[in-house]
Amino acid sequence: IEFTTPFETYLCDGPKEYAMTTEDEVMKYFRDMVVLRRMEIVADQLYKKAEIRGFCHLYDGQEAVCTGLEAGSGWQHYLITAYRDHGTQLARGDTVERIMAELFGKRTGSTKGKGGSMHLYHPENRFYGGHGIVGAQTALGTGLAFAAKYRGENVVSITMYGDGAANQGQLAEAMNMAALWKLPVVYVCENNNYGMGTSTARSAADNRYYTRGHYIPGVKVDGMDILAVREATMYAVDHCQQGNGPIILEMNTYRYHGHSMSDPGISYRSRDEVQSIRAKRDPIERAKAWLVEVFNKDPAELKAIEKEVRKSVDEETNRALAADLPNPDELYTQVFSTADLPIRGTEISNGVNWPTPSGLPNV
Amino acid sequence: TQMTVRDALNSALDEELHRDKDVFILGEEVAQYDGAYKVTRGLLEKHGSARVVDTPITEMGFAGLAVGAAYAGLRPVCEFMTFNFAMQAIDHVVNSAAKQYYMSAGLINVPIVFRGPNGPAAGVAAQHSQCFAAWYGSVPGLKVLSPYSSEDARGLLKAAIRDNDPVVFLENELMYGQSFDVSDEALDKDFVIPIGKAKVEREGTDVTIIAFSKMVGQALQAAEELTNEGINAEVINLRTIRPLDRETIVASVKKTGRLVTVEEGWVTCGIGAEISALMFESDAFDCLDAPVERVSGADVPTPYAKNLEDAAFPKAHNIVSAAKRACYRKV
Repeated sequence: IEFTTPFETYLCDGPKEYAMTTEDEVMKYFRDMVVLRRMEIVADQLYKKAEIRGFCHLYDGQEAVCTGLEAGSGWQHYLITAYRDHGTQLARGDTVERIMAELFGKRTGSTKGKGGSMHLYHPENRFYGGHGIVGAQTALGTGLAFAAKYRGENVVSITMYGDGAANQGQLAEAMNMAALWKLPVVYVCENNNYGMGTSTARSAADNRYYTRGHYIPGVKVDGMDILAVREATMYAVDHCQQGNGPIILEMNTYRYHGHSMSDPGISYRSRDEVQSIRAKRDPIERAKAWLVEVFNKDPAELKAIEKEVRKSVDEETNRALAADLPNPDELYTQVFSTADLPIRGTEISNGVNWPTPSGLPNV
Repeated sequence: TQMTVRDALNSALDEELHRDKDVFILGEEVAQYDGAYKVTRGLLEKHGSARVVDTPITEMGFAGLAVGAAYAGLRPVCEFMTFNFAMQAIDHVVNSAAKQYYMSAGLINVPIVFRGPNGPAAGVAAQHSQCFAAWYGSVPGLKVLSPYSSEDARGLLKAAIRDNDPVVFLENELMYGQSFDVSDEALDKDFVIPIGKAKVEREGTDVTIIAFSKMVGQALQAAEELTNEGINAEVINLRTIRPLDRETIVASVKKTGRLVTVEEGWVTCGIGAEISALMFESDAFDCLDAPVERVSGADVPTPYAKNLEDAAFPKAHNIVSAAKRACYRKV
């Protein structure tokens, strides 16, 4: 399959302009993206029904990025991202049920209801979150790469950040050290064109994010094309594994929802803009088109898959909804990895191991 | 054996680097320059540049990098040239390190030590002279240690490196060159001091003086001077700021009935304020014979001129006055 949008490259040749693939592969990518999209749609509905609290940043529109990164790398590689992390958590092997339960603040959630939407982790498959401070994960991801190199593991750290975070100073700090020490970092700038409501044109003096580590090679990728993302990822992982140090992949992508649930997403961009991306660049529709046109799949079969996914996501969501809230004792656990340390509660009398005066009246 | 605090820290780092290959040191000037304050002297030659890593001047970047390496299971010792510069990186100490174990429901622990000189230094004015004990001491998920003697420095630093949680380790530049007697036990390569335990440096019956870091020396000096007044002071060296050793503090005040807290940091929301609160939140309340006295740094940015700087931080005579007031003596 040839790519419709050519890569743009900086200080490197870039990947080839086509991907060799099979029906089975594309079917898997299609299905994975459909599950992710459906999960986000359901999250949107349940947020509006007040089942989900606080901040919630949906990933629909950007499915090809996390799905393609996984297709081009593997769980032996480190992965870290910011707060728009539902997709990466799912792609790293967690389940819809556990993610939804976390969003609902249930004990069966990925982190027992302690982290919530922005703080998902799956370290058993080397996914390290899930970070709420814009840009902080870029230095942290560089540290994961430091650890890989220190231990002589030939793996990379896929370190994701948005176009907004690209303007944080610590990204420049991290890139400097990564290039200086030839750390195996694949920096992935998910450029969805808006940092909250501020467009790249209004926030970046130079919006060619793939060139912004000026001593680091970069590739601009059509982030709405799962196969282009996959090929670019394979290229970047190989670049790092050859000992060349870091590389940047700028994923040109788009989020359909607003920045978070409090943002309808239409005050700083037009409905027409969103509609036109959906119509022309949607990653799922593109995968569908390959299946029908290249692999002669019956559209009805794809429809049936979407229907089946809908059902399974609903079932998992219902199980998550039915789960219990965290045990109240969980408030005080896992503050320290050392057990038994005193943890104070809201009153002197309701913490754990917190000494109370012997004369304290017992009311 | 006599040993400086600097050598105590250096030997602790050296031994822990030998003991565990996951331990490494990074920071500005820690390797080729031998450390801005020579705490890491000689470690590069012994352990190599992969494990003693000079960073660019990039506090937020290398602190974040170190925390990320700790996520992956390494045990970084992250040196800040001074804790003043760590303000550039405090997001990683608080948000990336301290909270990670809780937010991940125990999936990711962060075995890292952030260390370096803290507190007022000499003649470097306001931006390079302040105590951060109360800042870090307020954060759940952090352990905060502050050694006084060479024995403290060795035992606490080794404990910090072996601990599985993030530790903020507050040294004092003006103590680096000071020598202390060190016992044979403290010279053992597996000597560790338990985190969360204070040390009674001097037993007494009339008033409890609580201090940490450099102020322990001033407190001990004050206690000697107080004997001239017939006051027998007990001096407690906190060693650990968080978790605070409430038991030792309460037991001492229950014995003496009087309390003086000493710190170089600002009084407002300070360590003395926390210990004072402990007085009315514990059995010590029933035993207090006088109001708690807080001795602290003056509530001003640190001045440059010698006479002003001297007046900005507690000296033994301030502690003597406070103790006498607590004992209802004429000051």
